[in-house]
Amino acid sequence: MNELQREYPEEIERILAKYPPENKRSAVMPLLYLAQRRQGYIPPQAIQEIAQILELSTTEVASVAGFYSLFHEQPEGRWRIQVCTDLPCALRGADEFLKRLCEALGVAVGGTTADGLFTVEEVKCLAACHRAPVFQLQGDGEIKYYESQSIDTVLALVEELRCKAESKKEGA
Amino acid sequence: MKEHILLRHRDIPDLHRLEVYQKHGGFETFRRAVTTLKPEEVLNEVKASGLRGRGGAGFPTGVKWSFLPNNLWPHYVVANADESEPGTFKDREILESNPYQFLEGLMLASYAVQANLSYVYLRGEFWQIARHLDACIAELEAAGLLGEHLFGTDYSLRIYTHLGAGAYICGEETALLESLEGKLGQPRLRPPFPAVYGLFGKPTVINNVETLANVPPIVERGASWYRTYGTEKSPGVKIFCLSGCVNHPGNYELPLGTTFRELIFEYGGGVPAGRKVKAIMAAGASSSLIAADENALDTPMDYESVQEKLGAPLGSASVIVIDDSVNIAWLVSKTIEFFKHESCGKCTPCREGTFWMNRIAQRIEHGKSAPEDVQLLEAVASQIQNKCLCALGEFSIMAVLSGIQKFRTDFEAKVNG
Repeated sequence: MNELQREYPEEIERILAKYPPENKRSAVMPLLYLAQRRQGYIPPQAIQEIAQILELSTTEVASVAGFYSLFHEQPEGRWRIQVCTDLPCALRGADEFLKRLCEALGVAVGGTTADGLFTVEEVKCLAACHRAPVFQLQGDGEIKYYESQSIDTVLALVEELRCKAESKKEGA
Repeated sequence: MKEHILLRHRDIPDLHRLEVYQKHGGFETFRRAVTTLKPEEVLNEVKASGLRGRGGAGFPTGVKWSFLPNNLWPHYVVANADESEPGTFKDREILESNPYQFLEGLMLASYAVQANLSYVYLRGEFWQIARHLDACIAELEAAGLLGEHLFGTDYSLRIYTHLGAGAYICGEETALLESLEGKLGQPRLRPPFPAVYGLFGKPTVINNVETLANVPPIVERGASWYRTYGTEKSPGVKIFCLSGCVNHPGNYELPLGTTFRELIFEYGGGVPAGRKVKAIMAAGASSSLIAADENALDTPMDYESVQEKLGAPLGSASVIVIDDSVNIAWLVSKTIEFFKHESCGKCTPCREGTFWMNRIAQRIEHGKSAPEDVQLLEAVASQIQNKCLCALGEFSIMAVLSGIQKFRTDFEAKVNG
């Protein structure tokens, strides 16, 4: 048993049960999500462990991790604020929203705040065009939508999350 | 519309709860189908309704189902919930607010082709929706509506969700299958088509979420009832996603054949004060640009009319409204950037072409271009045409070529500073 199996035995079993046993390769993406849950990125060791579980080569697993934009191979901020700037959102002020968010947090697009909590990213369509500006928050193994946003609402969320991170630290 | 057929949650509060959905007749159609109808009777009803795929291609759904060979087993049904086209947000509303109608449609489709295992492939961004659907599926299992020997018959069915992880290409059905098999989301060479060689190499039906949500009412009320909506060749209702420069963006469920004018002005409240509609994209970012003259605004939105009168596909009916404050060269640079990012890299013309189009379009957009750049952009776009395995390459040039053709002065204004 490797580390991933020791950490998530039931979840791995549940994931594998979804696919015919001879097609267990299908579980690679769910397992990559699992590996990403704790640290917000997929460490190289996890790639090897997934390869072991699914009887694939590490290259096969790594190529899947590299292909999809929601898998991250480098550690960044605990929460990724991912703003859509595609055409329908851009027609409703998304570019300006992203610019102001970056200014307020003191980062460039793709950059991470000094406290290591937030990375601001520009992403492709989130299927929320009618409620732009919109972003999703990826972090702590979850992805959540925030729609019809203004600079005030997003900064209030940032503050709330900062407090959450702070209180955890004190609690520990 | 007086009564919603797909967005029924707008008429019935709490329809996302199983007991509410069942109180309003939910799963009675599935029960009746499994206990009293032959699979081909379900299939024939859907075929007779003329329902066409709502993901964009508009292929007749019942015909698609009938392609599965009866000498190759098992069969699979995969619901395409990868909704990623810029301008499209209809499947999300169904999944969030009327999930059981979608699931019942998937279950009826599975019964019609005798699949015992079906998947819902959701884009990774729909993480919350996937958790919610998992809970719905668990409730159906607990209620005896999914599982082994349903209603005491020989028919068994399991449904699982599967999350993508951020790749527009996975909305293309063969790339979706590759992704579901745990590989890179890259399209397959066809033939063989998924109907014969699909998921795990077995016969597979892939249907869009909205398409499947149409199935329970069709089987319940019959094909001739369904055909009272829409046109002869494009029957039924469609969810039109309205976005861009309009006062009331959102989803509008309307009969196919409703005009652009009705959608944009009557339902969408028109464009912001003092502005005029300049252009329309009917199929999201994959659209040819339609110059919004009187003729275009009065065109009925059905698959045939939009194509025949305006030379543009209706696609997923994701109507992006562009007003006269928008420069089309900027718009084209936005769509190109999207396709450049989303090209899967398998076919050289798409991978390299979108890269170079992006370079040229950015140059034009930022006033750093040479006079011949517009022509060069047109030339690169033409080189992509008809040279790729899937439609993404084609989609990437739709706005480019139609934009330059119909709004050349916008490009010239940028080039000449």
